[in-house]
Amino acid sequence: MMRSRGLAKFLSVIVLAAIIAYIAFFGINAGNYSIKPVQESIRLGLDLQGGVYVLEQAEGKVTQDAMTRAISIIRNRVDSLGVSQPLIVQQGPNRIRIEIPGVNDPDQVISFLGQTAQLKFVGPDGKVILTGADVKNSKAVYQTDQTGVQQPVVTLELNSKGAKAFADATGKFVGKQIAIVLDNKTISAPVVQEQITGGEAVINGMKDFTEAKNLANLIRGGALPVTLKQVEYSSVGATLGPSALKASEEAGLYGLVIVLLFMIAFYRLPGLIADIALGIYILINFIVYALLHVTLDLPGIAGMLLSIGMAVDANIIIFERMKEELRAGKSIRASLDAGFKKAFVAVFDSNITTLIAAFVLFFMGAGTVKGFALTLIIGVISSMFTAITVSRFLLKSVVDTEFTKNIRVYGA
Amino acid sequence: MRLNNIKWNIDVIGKTKVWFTISGIIILAGLIALFTMGFNWGLDFTGGTVAEFNMHRTVTTTINNEITNILKNNGVKESQVKAIGPNNTHVSITTPSLDDKTRTAVINALKSKYKLSDKDLVSSQNVSASIGKEMQFGTLLACAVAALLMLIYIGFRFNFEMGAAAVLALIHDILIMISAYALLRIVVDTPFVAAILTVFGYSINDTIVIFDRIRDNIKLMRKSSYKEIANVSVNETMTRSINTVMTVLLMLILMYFFGPASIKSFALPLLVGITSGAYSSIFIASPLWVIFKDREGKNRVGNKVGNKPQKA
Repeated sequence: MMRSRGLAKFLSVIVLAAIIAYIAFFGINAGNYSIKPVQESIRLGLDLQGGVYVLEQAEGKVTQDAMTRAISIIRNRVDSLGVSQPLIVQQGPNRIRIEIPGVNDPDQVISFLGQTAQLKFVGPDGKVILTGADVKNSKAVYQTDQTGVQQPVVTLELNSKGAKAFADATGKFVGKQIAIVLDNKTISAPVVQEQITGGEAVINGMKDFTEAKNLANLIRGGALPVTLKQVEYSSVGATLGPSALKASEEAGLYGLVIVLLFMIAFYRLPGLIADIALGIYILINFIVYALLHVTLDLPGIAGMLLSIGMAVDANIIIFERMKEELRAGKSIRASLDAGFKKAFVAVFDSNITTLIAAFVLFFMGAGTVKGFALTLIIGVISSMFTAITVSRFLLKSVVDTEFTKNIRVYGA
Repeated sequence: MRLNNIKWNIDVIGKTKVWFTISGIIILAGLIALFTMGFNWGLDFTGGTVAEFNMHRTVTTTINNEITNILKNNGVKESQVKAIGPNNTHVSITTPSLDDKTRTAVINALKSKYKLSDKDLVSSQNVSASIGKEMQFGTLLACAVAALLMLIYIGFRFNFEMGAAAVLALIHDILIMISAYALLRIVVDTPFVAAILTVFGYSINDTIVIFDRIRDNIKLMRKSSYKEIANVSVNETMTRSINTVMTVLLMLILMYFFGPASIKSFALPLLVGITSGAYSSIFIASPLWVIFKDREGKNRVGNKVGNKPQKA
C-alpha cells in the first residue's frame, strides 16, 4: 500500500511540474483565458538587447509641474523615433531616466534628446507660420459648445508677432489644416474654421481631457520647461547585447549541468531528487520573474546563476545530516526525518543573512546592481521553499516505495 | 576512493597559527598595495566616459597614438586608449566625463578617419563626476546599513563569543577581497559593491552552519574542551562546507570563463569573497571562538557560568 502510494506521489509531482513547465514556457490558449509564455513577460535589459540608457538631470530649482511637462515632451520625442517599449520615468525629484531599446546609433539619440524642442505651426503649403517662441501659453480647459455640452479644448495664446502671422495664415487657410509639428512629428492638425485675429485660438475635437492636457503640455513646452543635463548614459550596440545573452546562457547551462552531475556523484538518489527540485526551483524563478515583470539584465543573470549555485546548498546541509544519521544506524525513514528536522534551523539561518544583504542592496544600491539583488532575493526565497518542501516530499515518496534497503543508494 | 565518504580528521584548532599567518600575509600585502597604489577605481565611482569601437583591424601603437591625437584635437587632453577584444581589433577609450557636443565630435572624427559605421560603436558609457560622488556615498551607506543589520541579527542568534568570532571572520573576508582587488589591480565598480554585500551574507551563513553544530556538540560532549568540540564540529561539517562552496564556485568559475564581460565583473569578486568566506568559517571563525572561550579562563564546558549555549 505504502509502496504504490509513494510511487504515485512521486510521479504526480513530476507530472505536475512538467505540465506547469509546459504552460510556463509555451503558453496556453483556452477560450477566454490565455497565459503568455514567461519569455514574453520577462523584459530583457538594455545590456542584453542593445539600446541606450540616459539619465537627465534638471538644472536649478524645478517644480513637479515642469518635470511632468519635460517628461511628456521627451516621451513625444522618443515616440517619434518609432522604437518599441521605451521607458521614460522620473527618478527622484529632478531626474528623468530614459531607456530606449534597440537603437542603432546611440549617440544620435542622446543628442536628439538633449535638443531644445522645435515647435512649429506649418501651413498646408509647407511654410512655417510660427514657432514655439511665439506661443505665450497653452492650456487645457472645458468649453461649452453650441449644443451646450462641455468639451475639452486646448487654448492658445500668442505674442504680438505670432498673433499677426497667425491672423494672416488663418485668413489664407480657412477650411484647411494647419499642422502643429513638434520635433518633425505632427502632434495635431486642426482645421481652420475662421480667421483668428486676437492672438488667442482654441483647438477643439479632443477625445478627452487627458488628450487636451497632453497637447497643451507639448505646445507649452515647445521649449523644454527645464534645462536638462545628461549626467549618466550608457549604450550597448545591437551586436554586443545578443552575444552577451548567448554567452551568459552558455555559462548558465554549463554551470547547471556540472552542479547537477556533482549532486548525483556525491549524493546518489537524494542528489537526483535535489536535481529534480533544482529544476522545479528554476521553473518557480522564471514564473516569479514573469509575474513581477522583472527586467532581466546581465547583473540580474549573475544573481540568478549565483542563486542556482546556492540553491543546492540547503539540500547539501540536509543530505549530509541524513548521511550521518544513516551511519549512526538509524533506518532510512528515520534518518530522513531527522535530517530534515535538524538541518532546518541551519538552512533557515543561513539564508536569512543572504536575504538581509540582498535587500539592502536592492533598496540602497545603484541601478545596475538592483537587478542582481532582485534575482538573488527571488532565488534565495524559492530555493528555501523547494529544499524544505519539494525535496522533502519527493524523497519521502521515494523512501515510501521501499525499493531498496541499501543505504549506499542514499549516499551513506 | 569514495569521494563522498571521506572521514575528515584535521586538527584545525591546533594549527590556528598557520591559518592566521596565511591570512595575515595576504591581507598585509593587500593593504600595502592599497596604501601605495590605491584602488583601481572604475567609471561608476570616478565619473568619466568610456567607449568601445570595433576597428576591424589590429589596433597598433600607431593607431593608438592617432586616436590620442584625435582626442586632443577635440580638446580632450586626458585619455586612455587601449586595444582590447579578439586579436586586439577593438579599442577602448576612457576619458573624463565628456559633454554631448564633445563626445559627438570625437565619435564623428573617429568614424570618418577609420571608415566606421554606427554599428562599430560597440558600447559607450558616461558617468558624470557628481553621480560618481553620489555612488561613493551611497555605497558606504549601504555597506554600513548591511553591517549594522548583520550585527543585530548575529546578536539575536548567537552568544557573545560566537557573534564576535563571526564578525571578525566577516571582516577578514572583506579585507581579503579588498586585498585581491588592490594586488591584482582589478577595476572597482558597482559589481564589486554587490559582491561585498553578497559575501557579507554568505560568509555569515557559512559560519552559522558550523556554529550550529558546535552548539549541538556542546550538549553532547560535556566532558570535552572547547578545542575538541570545535575540532569535531569542523570535521563533521567539513564535507558539507566543501560541497556547498563547491557548487557555488563551480557556477562562478563557469560564469567567469564563459560569461560576457559584465557577468565576469560580478563573478570575479564573488569567487574571491566566497572562497574566503568558506575558508574563514572553518579556519578563522572556529579557532577564534576557541580563543574567546579559553580567554574566559574556563577550558571545560562543564565549568561554564553564564554562557550557556543558546537553544537552536
